[in-house]
Amino acid sequence: MDDLVERFLGGERRALARILSRVENQTPEGRDYLRQLYPHTGKAQTIGVTGGAGSGKSTLTGALAAEYRRRGQTVGIIAVDPSSPFTQGAILGDRIRMQDLLFDPGVFVRSMASRGALGGLAPSLDDCVAVMDAFGFDVVIIETVGAGQDEVEIAGSALTTVLVNNPGTGDDIQALKAGIIEIADVLVVNKADHPGADVLVSQLQAVLSLAPAGSRRPKIVKTTAIKGEGLAEVADAVAEHRAWLESSGTLARQRSEDVRHQVLSIARAIVLERIRATTPEEDLMALVGRVVARELDPHTAAERLAAAVAR
Amino acid sequence: MTAPVASKIRVLIAKPGLDGHDRGAKVVARALRDGGCEVIYTGIRQTPEMIAEAALQEDVDVVGLSILSGAHLELFPRVVAELKKRKVDDVLLFCGGIIPEEDTKALEDLGFSAIFRPGTNTQDIVKFVNEHVKK
Repeated sequence: MDDLVERFLGGERRALARILSRVENQTPEGRDYLRQLYPHTGKAQTIGVTGGAGSGKSTLTGALAAEYRRRGQTVGIIAVDPSSPFTQGAILGDRIRMQDLLFDPGVFVRSMASRGALGGLAPSLDDCVAVMDAFGFDVVIIETVGAGQDEVEIAGSALTTVLVNNPGTGDDIQALKAGIIEIADVLVVNKADHPGADVLVSQLQAVLSLAPAGSRRPKIVKTTAIKGEGLAEVADAVAEHRAWLESSGTLARQRSEDVRHQVLSIARAIVLERIRATTPEEDLMALVGRVVARELDPHTAAERLAAAVAR
Repeated sequence: MTAPVASKIRVLIAKPGLDGHDRGAKVVARALRDGGCEVIYTGIRQTPEMIAEAALQEDVDVVGLSILSGAHLELFPRVVAELKKRKVDDVLLFCGGIIPEEDTKALEDLGFSAIFRPGTNTQDIVKFVNEHVKK
């Protein structure tokens, strides 16, 4: 066995950090590590924390991790911040809100840049979650990029999704809309010490009451994460959701749906890569030129590219 | 197999000690971001242990320390010692801030590859990082 994998399985944090980098960069080495570690995954409780920019996701994530530590559980955190669409650089600043956890050997925080991925995630996020899981953390918390109305992808990467809302950010019509609110397994009203928190809670309750009979209603929890208030209730609501997943038989279905989606999206990336690898840039640009000149439509052009690989 | 995602240079920018003047650190973080680096910014009042632990967890290629308090010869050796303790021994180190010329040798001996003082063009820092990272 590779020395690094051995050190990883022996619990060495430096080995974890190194393997996360290789896996994040999708190097051949990284793939190999993932292959070796994958049999050790599937044990962690995975929690996605999402919500708007500045809603308190990082602070809540840090405070929630502290709550799990009080409960004797170890926690891995992956915090995603956006990459620049122009320079591909990034400022990863989520750690600032998690300083209290820094010396706890039961916590490991890793920042990731979104590197062009959509949905508030990062291209290798699921793989990095698997690495954290294989390391043996009881809980892995994924904090997304600040999300708007439609960034629902996190629900496929975590078993339980916590959506962070704030008072004063919209009326009940916002809560009635489709999109991100539908993926919430736990609804947190953070900054509950600000005016309007109770109004938001009742608006959310009113909207949830419109759900079809028999569907599961997410629990609403008020928190003031910066003061550490309400976190035990969040952890309880997550546990309650997990118990429901198991008792309702949803867990097995969700796991297989998530893996199906993951495998298909990797396959899509492989096909795209083959197209890129087998199509000379001049040919691609010639095709692009024909679309620009309105001789072809984009779908026909794409079909021609795909057909070249199918053969 | 899918092609590897282009790996990025990861830089930790940290401010050890008690001075709260973080404008320089933020300007450098921003310049490196614009230079295509992934910059982990940990904020002010970091202890040497905090900086080393963040460098380990984030597996950074570069650690940049900013200091204006005059305590660099006190704090920087402790940062280096904490990094060594964690076997983080292959990172590129640089520093900046109010650092007298006569301390240059001591910092070089500690392993700092560059010292950027007031008036530095941020592009020189970006260039330095790009040229010196062992990738």
